[in-house]
Amino acid sequence: MANTMTQTAVPNRLSNHWLHHLLRWETFLLLVTVLVFLFNSLATPYFLDPWNLSDATFNFTEKAIIALPMAMLIICREIDLSVASIIALSSVSMGLAAEAGMGPGGLVFVAVSVGIVCGLFNGLVVTHFGIPSIVVTIGTMSLYRGIAYVILGDGAFTNYPSGFEFFGQGYVYWVFSFEFTLFMGMALIFYGLLHHTNFGRRTYAIGNNPTAALYSGIKVNKHKLILFVMVGAISGLASVLLTSRLGSTRPSIAFGWELSVITMVVLGGVSILGGSGSMVGVVIAVFLMGLVTFGLGLLNVPGIVMTIIIGAMLISVISIPLVAGRLRAAREQRK
Amino acid sequence: MTQSTAVFALRNVTKTFPGVTALDRVKLDLYPGQVTALVGENGAGKSTLVKTMTGIYQPDGGETQVAGEVVRIDDPEAARQLGITAIHQETVLFDELTVTENIFAGNYLTRGRLGRLDWPAMHERTRGILADIDAPLDPKARLRGLSIGQKHMVAIARALSVDARVVVLDEPTAALSHHEIKELCGIVERLKKAGKAILFITHKFDEIFTIADRYVVYRDGTFAGEGMISDVTEAELVEMMVARSVSETFPKQTVAIGEPMMTVENLNHPTEFADINFEVRAGEILCFYGLVGSGRTEIMQALFGLSKAVTGNVHINGEPVTIRSPADAIKAGLVYVPEERQQQGVILDLPIFQNISLPQLGRLNRWGLLNEAREYDVARTYGERLNVKTSSWDQKVGNLSGGNQQKVVIGKWLATRPKIIVLDEPTKGIDIGAKAAVHHFMSELVNDGLAVIMVSSELPEVLGMADRIIVMHEGLMVREFTRATATPEAVVGAATGGMAA
Repeated sequence: MANTMTQTAVPNRLSNHWLHHLLRWETFLLLVTVLVFLFNSLATPYFLDPWNLSDATFNFTEKAIIALPMAMLIICREIDLSVASIIALSSVSMGLAAEAGMGPGGLVFVAVSVGIVCGLFNGLVVTHFGIPSIVVTIGTMSLYRGIAYVILGDGAFTNYPSGFEFFGQGYVYWVFSFEFTLFMGMALIFYGLLHHTNFGRRTYAIGNNPTAALYSGIKVNKHKLILFVMVGAISGLASVLLTSRLGSTRPSIAFGWELSVITMVVLGGVSILGGSGSMVGVVIAVFLMGLVTFGLGLLNVPGIVMTIIIGAMLISVISIPLVAGRLRAAREQRK
Repeated sequence: MTQSTAVFALRNVTKTFPGVTALDRVKLDLYPGQVTALVGENGAGKSTLVKTMTGIYQPDGGETQVAGEVVRIDDPEAARQLGITAIHQETVLFDELTVTENIFAGNYLTRGRLGRLDWPAMHERTRGILADIDAPLDPKARLRGLSIGQKHMVAIARALSVDARVVVLDEPTAALSHHEIKELCGIVERLKKAGKAILFITHKFDEIFTIADRYVVYRDGTFAGEGMISDVTEAELVEMMVARSVSETFPKQTVAIGEPMMTVENLNHPTEFADINFEVRAGEILCFYGLVGSGRTEIMQALFGLSKAVTGNVHINGEPVTIRSPADAIKAGLVYVPEERQQQGVILDLPIFQNISLPQLGRLNRWGLLNEAREYDVARTYGERLNVKTSSWDQKVGNLSGGNQQKVVIGKWLATRPKIIVLDEPTKGIDIGAKAAVHHFMSELVNDGLAVIMVSSELPEVLGMADRIIVMHEGLMVREFTRATATPEAVVGAATGGMAA
């Protein structure tokens, strides 16, 4: 049967109404961030000081650089809960290397290598045995930190070579710390990687439908392995920043950070079920969390209360659009 | 034509979605003890109709009558109370629960004031219902272990447990083997005798003419005709559906058969199949026919690099190839259009152009950087060639109809310029127009010098399109037919293990 229907030219894309862009998650987050910023600047006179703001960035940049690859891993339907333990193990390894007289460059190499090995192990167990990553990395979360405890016990490494403090305490230009500059640079790189490369496209494809991705010739396991290694390597890098900033290593270093990292990613609009999310959203979420924490700190809100507020913020920011959408749908139905 | 009054009726029912009118003032009458077949191409509004009947959608206009009274069906619960129940294409059942638990899910029998679950009573009722439909199942068996056909029986039993007056069967046979379809027909017959009004939705005409008493045709969301099955022919039905006359059913063209494209020797799998030897030539359509579970799909997946445990030799274009992954297969020029379109073929949440470019991102985009303009060009080229109906090329594939999704899958593979294309049940669950387009396209492909391998359970399609037919039975190649020697009886006989000479 001949199909005689002729098609008029189909456009590449339909033009979107400006409202469509306005209703994006990223726009909403940005709005909340601006509101928090305004609130903070009105609530306390110390907030708008550039050096204060710069100091504030130290509290989140180490977590934030892990949030970047973590976002890609979660978009790809996997997760890594062992990142904080990788920081601990990398830090302990750096401590050992520093005792042996290694210089700052060598220490960075050690930390990142340990991160890569940890990520590789996570990834191999997940892809080779097909065990869900949440299970595997709960296991390695204990394993990696356990090794750190065995090596270090109750002690601490404090003898880091001079020059090493630059990574966590140095400034590149004016108020811009090395940490913050590194985060911004990496945010740009990860934005490009996720949204403008084949690698990023494949990440979305796998996250949406791993089976169809495999059937389309994507090497799904290899892809996931690379992502796990990336998260591991950058956790090692975060360990360099944190260890350098604190100037010491204890096995409890960065305890509980994996949840802060995942909070940033989820707040940024990345679906915990995989398949969707954007790097822009994650970066805005990082700033939002940083600003809230800093503002509360200036107002002398105790740490425990701060945790409560962050938790409440996560739930409300995520539920507001959902609830609003449901109300709108209900109203339309009643019409 | 004498008829009792309709137990269920729709009058002027309209349902619109942003941008489309899915149902436009349609009517429908269902009578007790009769099977009404609803036919129409994909996009004719059948799924919307079912969802409207079962309370998932609310109509924007028109009237719904049950037993002569005007009713509103606000939610699925209301539909259930009115005695309307639907069995869907992909049944919504719980794999980890038992047969009884599935049948009574959400609607448990209880006893006492505390409302304790009355399992003995529920098992007893289940046994009764299953006996009624001749389904030899253990009420305590978990669904996980059952075949698709058996799951359908559970779904039907579930429908019967609520004392349904109206039973909607939405393409129930799409995933069933020949034998299971026969069983299903038996069940439908019994439902009919029990006085249920049945709405039967299918794409398969042979089923319509065996099972149905009446027919209703929808086209593009509007009512296009109705009547008694005994008063209509297949050609007339098709004409009503598509509003154009059908001249030829299968667009088979004679193409010169060329050199062998792929030779498979001694392909073996520890459990699924053994001793597979065949070749396929340029310009040839080779069909694998057999019952569900005869190993056809497993062979194709093994060739495509999806199975680790396989041994054997494969030559493509005379060169020996080692295929360990789909990526290897694509590189070697072998592509596979899978049977499970939505699970394996397309990525529903990604736009059309991204689905089409996915297998060859590395080839399209230099330095690993995306070049969307080139991706759109490829998508447009193949999308237009296959006549994909869409409003734009960045439309999500999930928004397309089944037939158009299948075209996207085929387009995706053609864009890689393969030498051999394997189509696994390529027309399963798609409407007759899209089916014809796929068949037409197969002819075009062999004309262009490709080798086509088709796996199909639909005999007319196999007989109509194949140059050569290999019949599989329980993992072995049992017989081979040429186009000239294949008769329906001989092919089916070989597939069912009969020794017909």
